[in-house]
Amino acid sequence: MRALLLVVALLATPFALAAEGALKAGVFSPPRQAPAFSLSGSNGAPLTLADHRGKVVLLGFGFTSCTEVCPITLGTLARVHRLLGAQAADVQVVYVTVDPERDDAAQLKRYLGAFNASFLGGTGSAEALAAVRKDYGIMATKVAGPDGAYDHSSFVYLIDRDGRLRALMPYGREAEDYVHDVRILLAGR
Amino acid sequence: MRRGLKQALAALAALGVLGPAAWAAFTPVTFDAREALFEIPKGTWARRMAGDPVEILPSEIHLVLEVRDVLLLRNLDDVPQVFGPTILMPGQSFSLPFEQASSYQFACTAHASGQMTVVVDEHPNTPWARLRWRVVRLWKTVRWSS
Repeated sequence: MRALLLVVALLATPFALAAEGALKAGVFSPPRQAPAFSLSGSNGAPLTLADHRGKVVLLGFGFTSCTEVCPITLGTLARVHRLLGAQAADVQVVYVTVDPERDDAAQLKRYLGAFNASFLGGTGSAEALAAVRKDYGIMATKVAGPDGAYDHSSFVYLIDRDGRLRALMPYGREAEDYVHDVRILLAGR
Repeated sequence: MRRGLKQALAALAALGVLGPAAWAAFTPVTFDAREALFEIPKGTWARRMAGDPVEILPSEIHLVLEVRDVLLLRNLDDVPQVFGPTILMPGQSFSLPFEQASSYQFACTAHASGQMTVVVDEHPNTPWARLRWRVVRLWKTVRWSS
């Protein structure tokens, strides 16, 4: 009987691991290297992806005057940071602006700091930011009107410790989904 | 005789309605795979460059929890393509699972509206839910094709 249970357990293990290892985000297969970029960081230093190799990077795009999407996404990411506890030290949130006219490094620092002091913003010239968006397939269109708002892609990319673009978390997913996936990526799976 | 014929015709008509309704209500909703696959065929970029407006992704995609709840996009072309919400390299695929019934909006430059909608329905697992789901699907199919 004990031998039978052992056999059943051994047979079930791969399925259990497969289920555990499945990301809740959309997965790229095969994963490609996340496109490199060099922008001005909200901390006053140059911001490159390579600087964060070894960490899991959560990369989003938006603008600080956004009243609908960005506060919700960043609020979720702040909660992810809290839920991860000590593991959050191995995770870096990077938020790249689509609004270079209004979002300089200081503005990004103020805005992101309201969510979490460790979050980094990226800004630069309109051309540099457009090039980053093109590399990542990000859409951003200025809406006509006095607010200067943008329609923009609202998902968050998950980049693993080796700098590979592994997954895309759609807008509106729960912090627990991020935590689930980040822990898988931190474990190197 | 005439009355008998009328009754037979009425019974046939009733069967013609009730039969499909019973099938729709009691046959489980199944699909051949959990993934709803959309592929960019090889040569799509060349066709677009030649002025052919190739449409691959519908602007609205319908999925069903538990039986068809994974959106699978694949780029078989030789160049990177913006496909659905993201960009895919040649030979790359993107698999997005859904766990909650809802309507999801994605920015998508491949569509004139700039948006793609994924509607995820609950798995219809009661006779009434199956009947309703099939009637709605049939109605939408007829409406889109007309």
